[in-house]
Amino acid sequence: MKTQTVYKPTEGLVKRDLTYCPGCTHGIIHKLVGEVLAEKGLLDTSVGIASVGCSVMSYEFFNCDMQQAAHGRAPAVATGIKRVRPEATVFTYQGDGDLASIGMAEIVHAAHRGENVTVIFVNNAIYGMTGGQMAPTTLIDQKTTTSPMGRKKEDTGLPLRMSELLATIPGATYLERVSVHDPKHVRKAKKAIEKAFDVQTKKQGFSMIEFVSTCPVNWGINPTDSIQWAVDHLIPYYPLGVYKDATEEATDEN
Amino acid sequence: MGKVLMKGNEAMALAAIKGGCDAFFGYPITPQNEIPEYLSYHMVKEGRVFVQAESEVAAINMVYGAAGAGARVLTSSSSPGIALKQEGISYLAGAELPCVIISVMRGGPGLGGIQPSQGDYNQITRGGGNGDYHLLAFAPESLQETVDIVKQSFDLADYYRNPVIIAVDGLIGQMMEPVEIDKEVPKKTLQAKDWAADGHSGERGKRNTIVSLHLDAYDLERHNLKLKAKYDEMIQNEQRYELINIDQAEVVIVAYGTMARVARSAIAALKEEGINVGMIRPISIWPFPRKAFKQLPDTVHTLLTVEMSLGQMNQDVHLANNGRLNVEFYGRAGGVVPETQEIVDAVKKIVKGRNQ
Ligand SMILES: Cc1ncc(C[n+]2csc(CCOP(=O)(O)OP(=O)(O)O)c2C)c(N)n1
Ligand code: SF4
Ligand SMILES: [Mg+2]
Repeated sequence: MKTQTVYKPTEGLVKRDLTYCPGCTHGIIHKLVGEVLAEKGLLDTSVGIASVGCSVMSYEFFNCDMQQAAHGRAPAVATGIKRVRPEATVFTYQGDGDLASIGMAEIVHAAHRGENVTVIFVNNAIYGMTGGQMAPTTLIDQKTTTSPMGRKKEDTGLPLRMSELLATIPGATYLERVSVHDPKHVRKAKKAIEKAFDVQTKKQGFSMIEFVSTCPVNWGINPTDSIQWAVDHLIPYYPLGVYKDATEEATDEN
Repeated sequence: MGKVLMKGNEAMALAAIKGGCDAFFGYPITPQNEIPEYLSYHMVKEGRVFVQAESEVAAINMVYGAAGAGARVLTSSSSPGIALKQEGISYLAGAELPCVIISVMRGGPGLGGIQPSQGDYNQITRGGGNGDYHLLAFAPESLQETVDIVKQSFDLADYYRNPVIIAVDGLIGQMMEPVEIDKEVPKKTLQAKDWAADGHSGERGKRNTIVSLHLDAYDLERHNLKLKAKYDEMIQNEQRYELINIDQAEVVIVAYGTMARVARSAIAALKEEGINVGMIRPISIWPFPRKAFKQLPDTVHTLLTVEMSLGQMNQDVHLANNGRLNVEFYGRAGGVVPETQEIVDAVKKIVKGRNQ
């Protein structure tokens, strides 16, 4: 009988158990980033930056050099690394609380300077790690531990769309929002990550891939229904697609 | 190159380049702006890295990244900016990353003023960052001493894998003085930074991680004890001070930075009047030079701490003195620099009070 490989672990991730809750899409996103780094032969020359959130331990997972940054500051840390080690592939892995709230200045200015780094932005519309508080990305009427009656725009504004916001910044080169809710979209998401790292390799500037992600535990919805909730509620507010592609204009220095 | 006349801030910037600084990250604030201004030209000309960050918060985190990637990194700021940097400084100390920080102190609290001050002694030596950590902290008196310390600090930071902070008051930053930039300074024997996460895991054959997170309490305690052993080594080896005119002194002034310069004039003036006054001049403020206090002769009855603040180092003086001698304090705040005559009067008051 002929055997066929249908699944294998990626070299891009360290062989150990992930710390994410069952059914959380952080795991799929890790796998994709790890695969792309491994397939592009970038692992040996990469430095990743773990942020503060459920992915704080990602320095234990990505199979390359890693630094752990303070809450929100990963894009500044990435800037420091890339400026002194321009030959390294530098990426951050950040949640929505980290990137869109406390780290707003750092992400905007990294994009503004056109730092040649890649940002993996995992938007699950909630503060996962601290137990499900409201994030700037939390949807209207979404219940969290600090919006128990549902988020109201009168008090807390409307959810922030980061890809759209960063698309207005001249320095940003490539911005795409993707999702991992089914195999087709997983494949598409992987292509987006590949594109983002290509942008960096070609020294074309700042790239960010935003993932619509889930948090079954703090949403209080089982993993399967969480995927459906993301499709029904998150994606309509956070439409998938390429928000900026200035790779044509960016001078390819290679 | 012999002596040249330079402004303090520019001399510090040049000294950093001579000390092997690879990268500078900072944000404008008075009275230290000449440092980034100088470096924005000269670092770039030397093919090194200069970035004006969006804030002090970003700047110190850029320092963290670049230091973690193995570079020699500098940032400079002044009081409110150093306040913003404290989070990053705590992370640097926790992750054992070397860097050099220059603080050109101004008056506070809050936005305070822009005149020279020593009101950040506690900020520098106690820090506002979280956790059990210390910085190696120096507070030089002259431009020559400042330049020498800036150059050495890159070695010391690498040697201890710890941030080094150099605190000068705005006067030292702004004054002009002849200085020999290329004067030899002691060097440390350094090991290769095989711990750096610099994107060479392939060559190295293993991946490196830079972290300050230790979720297990016993693990974190082990890390805390490892840091403490390092701080103990600093306490043992890095206490720096100058003893001035202490033989036969009855009063010994304790002063650092610009304040020590004024105290020197006061000591000379008092000598003419037959009053014998000495000085302990701390050069390292962390570790505080406790050793100096053990070297005072029996003639001394009083220590007079003089600061451009309302008494911050004075607490360390009390601790070092440990109840042995009488301790008095004189200080001015807000950017007012005590004049020679004020110190002379403070000493005379002590001497008179004693002879009554
Ligand atoms: C300065 C600081 N403030 C607050 C926290 C607490 N904290 C840890 S994780 C987190 C939120 C993370 O949410 P997000 O970035 O969305 O990541 P997720 O856990 O949802 O993946 C907060 C507020 C911290 N560690 N540091
Ligand atoms: S708390 Fe939420 S985001 Fe965090 S690992 Fe669990 S499911 Fe994922
Ligand atoms: Mg989140």
